[in-house]
Amino acid sequence: MMTDYTKIDFSELETLSDDEVVTHSYVRDIPISEGRTLALITLDNGRDHTRPNTLGPKSLLEYAATLDGLRERAAAGEIHAVAVTGKPFILAAGADLSKVAEIPSREIALRMGQLGHHALGKLSEVGVPSFAFINGLALGGGLEIALNADYRTVDASTPAVALPEVFLGLIPGWGGAYLLPNLIGIENALKVVIENPLKQNRTLKAGDVLELGIADALFPSVNYLEDSIRWADGVVSGRVKVKRPNEPGKVERLVKWDAAIGIARKMLQSRIGSVPKSPYAALDLLKAAKSGTKAEGFEREDEVLADLIAGDQLQASVYAFNLVQKRAKKPAGAPDKALAKPVTKVGVLGAGYMASQFALLFVRRLQVPVVITDLDQARVDKGVAYITGEIDTLRDKGRISPDEANRLKALVHGTTDKSEFADCDWVIEAVFEELEIKQQVFAEVEQFISPEAVLATNTSSLSVEQIGAKLQHPERVVGFHFFTPVAVMPLIEVVKTSSTDDATLSTAMVTAAKLKKNAVITADTPGFVVNRLLAVLLGEAMRAVDEGTPFETVDEAMAPLGLPMAPSHLLDLVGLKVGAHVLDTHHAAFPDRFYRSENLHRLADYGKLLEKDDKGKVKGFDKGAMKIVSGGTNPSSPDEILTRLQDGLARETKLMLDDGVVSAAEDIDLCMILGAGFPFQMGGLTPYLDRVGASERVFGDTFHHPPIRGVDA
Amino acid sequence: MAERADVVFVDGVRTPFGKAGEKGMYWNTRADDLVVKAIVGLLERNPSAPKEQIDDVAIAATTQAGDQGLTIGRTAAILAGLPKSVPGFAIDRMCAGAMTSVAMLAGSIGYGQYRLAIGGGVEHMGHHPMGSGVDPNPRFVAERMVSEDALVMGATAERIHDRFPHLTKERADRYALGSQRKTAAAYEAGKIQQDLVPVAIRTAEGWGLATRDEVMRPETTMEGLAGLKTPFRPHGRVTAGNASGLNDGATAALLASADAAKEFGLNVKMKLVSYAFAGVDPEIMGIGPVPATEKALRLAGLKMDDIGLIEVNEAFAVQVLSLLDHYGIDDDDPRVNPWGGAIAVGHPLASSGVRLMNQLASQFAERPDVRYGITTMCVGLGQGGTMIWENPNYSRKAAKKA
Ligand SMILES: NC(=O)c1ccc[n+]([C@@H]2O[C@H](COP(=O)([O-])OP(=O)(O)OC[C@H]3O[C@@H](n4cnc5c(N)ncnc54)[C@H](O)[C@@H]3O)[C@@H](O)[C@H]2O)c1
Repeated sequence: MMTDYTKIDFSELETLSDDEVVTHSYVRDIPISEGRTLALITLDNGRDHTRPNTLGPKSLLEYAATLDGLRERAAAGEIHAVAVTGKPFILAAGADLSKVAEIPSREIALRMGQLGHHALGKLSEVGVPSFAFINGLALGGGLEIALNADYRTVDASTPAVALPEVFLGLIPGWGGAYLLPNLIGIENALKVVIENPLKQNRTLKAGDVLELGIADALFPSVNYLEDSIRWADGVVSGRVKVKRPNEPGKVERLVKWDAAIGIARKMLQSRIGSVPKSPYAALDLLKAAKSGTKAEGFEREDEVLADLIAGDQLQASVYAFNLVQKRAKKPAGAPDKALAKPVTKVGVLGAGYMASQFALLFVRRLQVPVVITDLDQARVDKGVAYITGEIDTLRDKGRISPDEANRLKALVHGTTDKSEFADCDWVIEAVFEELEIKQQVFAEVEQFISPEAVLATNTSSLSVEQIGAKLQHPERVVGFHFFTPVAVMPLIEVVKTSSTDDATLSTAMVTAAKLKKNAVITADTPGFVVNRLLAVLLGEAMRAVDEGTPFETVDEAMAPLGLPMAPSHLLDLVGLKVGAHVLDTHHAAFPDRFYRSENLHRLADYGKLLEKDDKGKVKGFDKGAMKIVSGGTNPSSPDEILTRLQDGLARETKLMLDDGVVSAAEDIDLCMILGAGFPFQMGGLTPYLDRVGASERVFGDTFHHPPIRGVDA
Repeated sequence: MAERADVVFVDGVRTPFGKAGEKGMYWNTRADDLVVKAIVGLLERNPSAPKEQIDDVAIAATTQAGDQGLTIGRTAAILAGLPKSVPGFAIDRMCAGAMTSVAMLAGSIGYGQYRLAIGGGVEHMGHHPMGSGVDPNPRFVAERMVSEDALVMGATAERIHDRFPHLTKERADRYALGSQRKTAAAYEAGKIQQDLVPVAIRTAEGWGLATRDEVMRPETTMEGLAGLKTPFRPHGRVTAGNASGLNDGATAALLASADAAKEFGLNVKMKLVSYAFAGVDPEIMGIGPVPATEKALRLAGLKMDDIGLIEVNEAFAVQVLSLLDHYGIDDDDPRVNPWGGAIAVGHPLASSGVRLMNQLASQFAERPDVRYGITTMCVGLGQGGTMIWENPNYSRKAAKKA
């Protein structure tokens, strides 16, 4: 027996959504040809485009009742087609996430999925052809409204269409997981449901929507609704024949389907490991969508959705999502923006690896003159050549116009004469990581610049305070710690010393925002946030290795966190030398808590940890490297290693919070998500530490009250 | 060297006309969007017209501010998706805006400078109520250049009644009734709809689609008209029933040189014969079509007897009657506005000229017996405009039979 959605009592859901911003379903009759009528539903929550239509219980019930009414009118011969569209720029952005996180039990979670199926499914049962006019943003349940229609059109300027559920720890559970592969084929569906959400939540543009076969027709914005109505009229009257080349046929179902699922599963395992639940749940649903009825598909989605909503990972994901969406935009402890000083010219000290990268970013985002220097002309030229080369690449790819490229290149100027920094109001250094050198370059440039100009340092391990200690105006010194690759990594740790004044701090925060980076303010303590916690991780990894645990076992032991990469890969990525240096500096600062590894230095000298093929793909561990680390006699079990790591992270996090390194646990999580790619399903870090009991073990409490965990846990 | 050319009217379209104001269907629709939809609809109907070869886009609006500002011919061209290489400009002659844009583009085509052009007009009288934002020079009144009535169109219409006492209120009402009935019949026969482009409209009940003129009153009766208030004078003659209302709408027409039309395979609906604009006393602006028509006929070497169809804008019934009276044409002559006029469908000021042309062009197609037709209208501040057109479908045989 399939679920009979009409027999389910949804009233409990309704009472949970007292404050729902209801998306109403308005209907107007539109005359079409031959005396027929199309009933056009407009979804509109009465707010402007900054508050997209969302689909809470009340909205869904109203939509369902509207479709019931239209079904009756269709039966009475009053209407001959039904179409649904949205308010300007927006069809709907799906379920209201804040509400999903508040669901109190698995049973209610199940109801939520069922209500979606109940309401959205009615569009295919109105008794006359049904259409969705995707006039703008259509995310998650918004797109599923459209998938439940018989036909779809899309507005050419639609900015984003997606099923982002997997990104948030959910699955497309209002029909998407069943309907989409049966509409556009399994490979395309895998891309939309799994691949894109995991690629930093990539979305589809209107052209993709048409090409993938999600929409049957695309019309320019200027006349989108008029054209869509005319097209629908054509379909109803038989003048327009709809072709769906991507719709899966027998052969695809028999041969391609399971193979595609298999490939996707392997890809997932190698990219994200097996910890995150939702991608695999989605994969299983897509696999099952190959056969069986729609009703069965919907029922499967209900159950899986209920499990996920009630679980730990969804709660952590929603928490993480809110951090990234909201907290990141209003950084804790940021002084009034009005205090920020204008930045009309940027000076860059050093033209090396980091400096060249962020000089490019400064010129692109601020569009002000950038002057860059180094020890000699050759190094300066190299840095400038890198910057102009990247600008040319952007131009050649069509990302910027030739005029824009000329403008940017003309703004970049290399020199060995520091007097040319005189009119800079923002000077940032990325010279060698040595205190004396940094002190000296700042002192030298201070002679030329105005007393108000900001001096920023990109140091990753030195004390910002000490870097500025010898200056006449240390109050204008601030840490501005980028992560590499600069163009990609969204975080900047802005380091405030005890002398940094508010104007300087505000300038740093405003500048970070103009660079389109998220800034978190940290205290001037070793490693700030990200490197300090990564030092715990690498330290515990190396400690276990040095004691005799095989590297594979260490990698395996840490896998349950679901980090983007194993410790061995992380070491390979940051470089063995840098890794050894990071451990050294933290050990020097906190000898009791941080491990330093002599073996890691040896590995760095040897130069290699992993064995790779020609394409750089990792084949395994390098034999010579394994010999170097093979001396230990006291191996640990994976469980022991994992517990040590969890406890180490909990201890260090707690200490940082007690010392006021950042304002709150949320900022630690934000740093780890944005600066180290820690996954949403961990909630960054602290929700994970709470739910695995590390917080309790280490300091007898939790970071969050109540802890962020599933409802039936 | 550019050569002198014959000018042809290829095609024209318009949006349905709405009722101005908060209760009107276009209250939530921008004026520029209205004219953009008209241009898009026009080009869609004429796909063989190469967009990149359009030499200019002239859009008229009486109020050139807000959503009718920013050089609306240029902005509308960009918004309609024309190549950015196509220029555009804004133009104004109040009610004769669109007619002026067509006439001036025709001049450029005739002189060989342009080959393809789009003319039209828009007026969102809901967003831009008549007279809003104007600042008349005090000299007008101080030096008695014009009477105070000159700026109140209804008052100028009352003045026509004063000057021609035989043009009674009863005649005006009867003319208005005829307009309503003719429009209703034309709608019934699907004649008006053929040149309408539907417009999606946002309303409190969601999206709708404007497919018909909003203000028509087919149920009008003489008794009903007789009972209406005369807002411009106590016991006056001009009422809401025998005048056009306040409306929102837009029009667009495609003009070409005869050889460009041939080269691009464009159907020709009308050939331009002559045009003229003329001034009269501003306080009696409604008689403007008389001198304008005289002049246009003279330029064309034609007499009123040669004219088989007259599309005259019905700003006020009495103003139409004054034109007909001048030429001794009956109030209910079948040559005049066979499908009704502005009293029934509305008059969004600067857009109306092209509506007259659309209707004349459609009638030409049905009437090979007619060789010449005119479009004419009165203009605020004492002007009139007339364009004389020749029917490319004209045949002597058909004319003989008729
Ligand atoms: N590499 C990373 O991943 C990374 C990440 C974040 C922060 N950092 C920090 O950025 C800084 C630079 O690191 P990098 O990786 O770019 O090193 P790098 O060696 O590529 O660049 C340093 C540059 O500074 C120049 N330099 C040295 N002394 C100078 C002086 N007195 N005046 C002018 N130029 C001088 C050098 O010639 C060299 O070109 C360090 O403080 C480092 O800790 C590095």
